[in-house]
Amino acid sequence: MLDVKNLAVAFGDIEPLSSVSFSLKRGEILGIVGESGSGKSLTALSIIGLLHLQGGRITRGQITFEGQELTQLAEKDYRKLRGGRIGLITQNPMTSLDPLQKIGSQLDSVIKLHLGFSQAQARERTVELLDSLRIPDAALICERYPHQMSGGMKQRIVIAMALAADPDLLIADEPTTALDVTVQAQIIMLLKKLVKERDLALILITHDMSVVAQTCDKVVVMYAGRAIEQGSVQYIFHGAQHPYTQALIKCIPHGLSKGQKLTGIRGTVPTVKNYPKGCAFHPRCDRAIAICSQQQPALIAASDAVVACHLVGESA
Amino acid sequence: MLIPVSIAISMVVFMIVHLLPGDPIDNLLRIGSSPEDRALMVAKYGLDQPLFTQYFLWMGAMFQGDFGQAIVLRRPVIDLIGQNLPYSLVLGGLAFAFSSIVGMLLGTVSAVVKNPILERFVRGFILLGSTVPGFWLALLLILAFSVTLGWFPVSGAKNWQSLVLPVLTIGFGGVALVARVTRVALQDAMREDFVMLLHAKGLSPGVILIKHLIPHALLPVVTILALRIGWILGGAVTVEFVFGRPGLGSLLIRAIGQRDYPVVQGCLLMLALAVMIGTLIGDLAQASLDPRVRENKS
Ligand SMILES: Nc1ncnc2c1ncn2[C@@H]1O[C@H](COP(=O)(O)OP(=O)(O)O)[C@@H](O)[C@H]1O
Ligand SMILES: [Mg+2]
Repeated sequence: MLDVKNLAVAFGDIEPLSSVSFSLKRGEILGIVGESGSGKSLTALSIIGLLHLQGGRITRGQITFEGQELTQLAEKDYRKLRGGRIGLITQNPMTSLDPLQKIGSQLDSVIKLHLGFSQAQARERTVELLDSLRIPDAALICERYPHQMSGGMKQRIVIAMALAADPDLLIADEPTTALDVTVQAQIIMLLKKLVKERDLALILITHDMSVVAQTCDKVVVMYAGRAIEQGSVQYIFHGAQHPYTQALIKCIPHGLSKGQKLTGIRGTVPTVKNYPKGCAFHPRCDRAIAICSQQQPALIAASDAVVACHLVGESA
Repeated sequence: MLIPVSIAISMVVFMIVHLLPGDPIDNLLRIGSSPEDRALMVAKYGLDQPLFTQYFLWMGAMFQGDFGQAIVLRRPVIDLIGQNLPYSLVLGGLAFAFSSIVGMLLGTVSAVVKNPILERFVRGFILLGSTVPGFWLALLLILAFSVTLGWFPVSGAKNWQSLVLPVLTIGFGGVALVARVTRVALQDAMREDFVMLLHAKGLSPGVILIKHLIPHALLPVVTILALRIGWILGGAVTVEFVFGRPGLGSLLIRAIGQRDYPVVQGCLLMLALAVMIGTLIGDLAQASLDPRVRENKS
């Protein structure tokens, strides 16, 4: 249903995102992982067509959604997709709702806009929706303001808002980063359940590999604005070939015994202004060879995976 | 809150008025009156009492709604105020409406429309409006529209035309200020996180502006406007004088010239009261717009 090909994004003459490709079917959960600044949010904004809000634009590539080419879509038609067929869930529920408006009316407006319901019908649907997300006292919550609710509850409201007009695709950009650990798990479970029940496609952006392992069907690993490796979740966790992906997996803390050290990746993420020449990861890579600092590695496609690393080309 | 502030203000007003050199008696005495006549008059109006006794006498009367008797004009102060206040209210009200409406429009347009020429125009206007003094603008307007073009009367308060230039004069600085605050507030609101989700809901930029951004931008604008009420009345004082209009300002300036203490005190208190009412209205408006403010109050 969604096919992203060779996507590149520019702000002025800097290009923080290039050659990102992936595809997604109904009922699938695609994880996009990578350290912060790797271009995950830009990918999400490109799909929902809101890059211009940040001053960016798509310079190359295609985004095809249910047979429609989105990069060429008129703004008026795009607005019907946004909130209608593509729902967005953002990172910080504390600031993602309008603090001056009641919860109910913020939800009603999506339903009225996309489904053409009357106010009364819309409110009925809002209450049903909140009930189905197991938000207690839904009718009462509608009369509340955002500041009167907890972060976890607000994120449920944001999810409800994304679901309000029955979309086909949900994009969740780090939906749990700003929440307590216990609430994080609940939200992830909720998203997983929704995908199953409603036969949605979900893009789950996160930098938490353990969430990916528990939730996703497919994974795209991003580094310095590129998709450096992708494949099924089995491939990524058991057969990943890119040293960066392998390092990310090593960083997952699982039941550390005393004295065992938590590993991190040495060095820091490069910023757009100083993406290293060649493979962007080579200054931090333990296995870098001469060519890594010279030449951008090409994408090598295997049966169920794609990887961009000179080492993979060597051994093959 | 209102009561201690009022008392503090009344003290300051009283002190300022009585610290002015001279006294009203000079304006009452015929030329050639003897010092004995003068002493008699001073005693009649209680001006020989210690200042602080005078203050308490005045305050005591004020608490009973008695503004006292004008010494020079020989009429109840309350009558003088009642006669002049409506003129000032009309002038101030119109100037207030003018500066809020035009200012918000201008600020909104300049925040939303991306056009370098318009941008420069609005910036220039804001700069001009915040730096040009009111009395100078008044003289300029009189020269251009009354003397040269003859469109509006030079002075007086006979018809609506006589209001145009005074309203423009007082409102001009306000327009610039409100435009600037509106513009900045809107730009800040546009950067808020929740705006991204509003777009993601599929709402059009127009709906987002009117239903979400403008209410946010109104919060600081309302605060500024409330503070502006006092400023506008202060502006009315000079403008009424320049345009020769009746009003609280004209009354005040004449009374100061004549050292007519009860009138000056009454006028200043009315102005202070207006400022306090303005602040109160501002707080109420703030609370009606922002549920977070409402909650902190209760
Ligand atoms: N508005 C912007 N202007 C210029 N550069 C930007 C802008 N937004 C993001 N970028 C650049 O794009 C890169 C990727 O950003 P982003 O997609 O937000 O990363 P992530 O979501 O993975 O943390 C960042 O390193 C940042 O420098
Ligand atoms: Mg991000």
